[in-house]
Amino acid sequence: MDLDLSESERAFQAEAREWLAANVPAEPLPSMDTEEGWALHQEWEAKLTQARWSVVSWPKEYHGREASLVEWVIFEEEYYRAGAPGRVSQNGIFLLAPIIFDHGTKEQQDRFLPTMASGERIWAQCWSEPEAGSDLASLKSTARRDDERGGWVLNGQKTWSSRATYAHWGFGLFRSSPEEQRHRGLTYFLFPLDADGVTVRPIAQLDGEAGFAEVFFEDVFVPDADVLGGVGDGWSVAMSTAGNERGLSLRSPGRFCAAADRLVDLYREAPDPRLGDDVVDAWLKAQAYRLYTWGTVTRLANGGDMGAAGSVNKVFWSELDIALHETALDLRGAEAEVGSRWLDGYTFALSGPIYAGTNEIQRNIVAERILGLPREVRG
Amino acid sequence: MRFELSTDQKDFAASLESLLSSADTAGAARSWADGDHEPGLALWSRLAQQGATELADEDTVVELCVAFEAIGRHAVPGPWVESAAVLPLALGRDLSGTIATVAAPPNVPYALDADVASEVFVVVGDQLHTATVGERLESVDRTRHLFAVTPGEPVSTAELRGALGLGVLATSAQLLGAGERVLADSVTYVKQRKQFGREIGSYQAIKHQLADVRIALDFARPLLYGAALTTEARDVSAAKVACSDAAYLASRTGLQVHGAIGYTAEFDLSIWLTKIRALVGAWGTPQFHRAALLTELVG
Repeated sequence: MDLDLSESERAFQAEAREWLAANVPAEPLPSMDTEEGWALHQEWEAKLTQARWSVVSWPKEYHGREASLVEWVIFEEEYYRAGAPGRVSQNGIFLLAPIIFDHGTKEQQDRFLPTMASGERIWAQCWSEPEAGSDLASLKSTARRDDERGGWVLNGQKTWSSRATYAHWGFGLFRSSPEEQRHRGLTYFLFPLDADGVTVRPIAQLDGEAGFAEVFFEDVFVPDADVLGGVGDGWSVAMSTAGNERGLSLRSPGRFCAAADRLVDLYREAPDPRLGDDVVDAWLKAQAYRLYTWGTVTRLANGGDMGAAGSVNKVFWSELDIALHETALDLRGAEAEVGSRWLDGYTFALSGPIYAGTNEIQRNIVAERILGLPREVRG
Repeated sequence: MRFELSTDQKDFAASLESLLSSADTAGAARSWADGDHEPGLALWSRLAQQGATELADEDTVVELCVAFEAIGRHAVPGPWVESAAVLPLALGRDLSGTIATVAAPPNVPYALDADVASEVFVVVGDQLHTATVGERLESVDRTRHLFAVTPGEPVSTAELRGALGLGVLATSAQLLGAGERVLADSVTYVKQRKQFGREIGSYQAIKHQLADVRIALDFARPLLYGAALTTEARDVSAAKVACSDAAYLASRTGLQVHGAIGYTAEFDLSIWLTKIRALVGAWGTPQFHRAALLTELVG
């Protein structure tokens, strides 16, 4: 058991640190959910791509460096330590790409991955529907077969689609066999958000910015070439990333460690002993998350899989993120309501226990799949 | 980078687990509480044969934590922290074959199980002293017999600060093991106990509480083993805070999901519930270690 980096890992770390120090914008970029901020974030992605830092763990032919899992975590730590911008491409590179790697055809990989890596084409996730949130398998949007044109016709409505306001393409599940129920008969589709029949309606989030949107589908044609995985296999295709060995679905610990270090700095500048315990708890939980991730990385590198551990993870980091930012706001006292990086971070953190499967759903998964408790009786 | 127990360390854990799960450790704990030390001392010898008393060394802190997790999981009675973690390093000599104990006020005000120890010490300032044993006090954990001590002559000390840190880590590991045990027993219980016609473990009110215990223990463990690798003061404090909080959550939740049967002395769960409460306060309370960590962080 050790926490030592190899010589080549240390060299990788030094290279990343040096590049980031020289290239990270001195001032934080405007929010990516504004027109101006969106463009600047895309520019930043292009810069990352030129230096091959946008998708370090990917194959070289798709702008990657074929970095190991350990190197990926190192890069993420350095990235957040350097205060680099949020990743406007994250839905694509972290959520969709692992599925394209595992289930996409070579043609799809060649067609979609390079522009995803470079940030030229930004992807939005079209998952939830007005009546299908936690119970995603009850989704009602349909895909009707069109043999003549060799494809499918999509109808229905998706909502809470992050980045959909400005994104170029979307990915989502549609019911391709109306006679089949729940997890069966769903198919995974990729589609341009400017296709005929697609209407995107931005929704202002808690902070007033249009970080997500509703997406309406009226007879939207999608060719067979843009079906991801097998027809009717959408559910298992969508769920397969949980154990993705590239670890791209891991939540980077770098983000929380960097924020915890800034929290300690904030306390040092204006100490309030009443909040000392909260600062300590945020710091030590960020460390716990970092070490836990190293444990996961070791397990994955030895051929293990994530199993349901992703659910343990998700509850922990989402609650940590809120606690950390709450503590920062508490330290800022009456100034806390005035716009700041901490306030932005806090508002964003509030969504953590809701998106990517609510924490209630995650606790059910932990209880049923890890502790082996009986499944709940369902309605 | 390999943040996982090695094969040898896993084998060591498995051998301890096999030894302790086939022994009546709860029975030994109850006998110990009643003043009959024989079954507990028999366990002591068997664990010593496995090497559990020879791990107080900078190179084997991970193994030490593995051993103390097992000791916690099985509620093995006796002054293990004092004899097998703190004193060998503090005195700079092998104590195998003897049982010794130590107090280190204010965090460790009494000497645990001084009545079975052939040597008793007390830390005064930065110095270890011999000690004479005074009155006995009752712990919430009936297996912990606490004794007031009076300092005697100073004794030559090898590595006191590191030794006390090992005591904190060993206690943290014991808490983690005890927390795991309470969770495992609680899961077993809620799968079998039925109310309103269903296993109570099928209700979300129960599931979510136990899931939170699983999560807390899963994130305390890496802090324990991370601290075992660095042995830095701030990491040791972080481990004690996280293991105390996680084990205490396990104990509160475990009691709640068991209902009234969990509140009885007769049911074995009580051994771990009372032990966790005692260990949360032992070798530095969570508050003490939070304050120490804050000082380390803000300088």
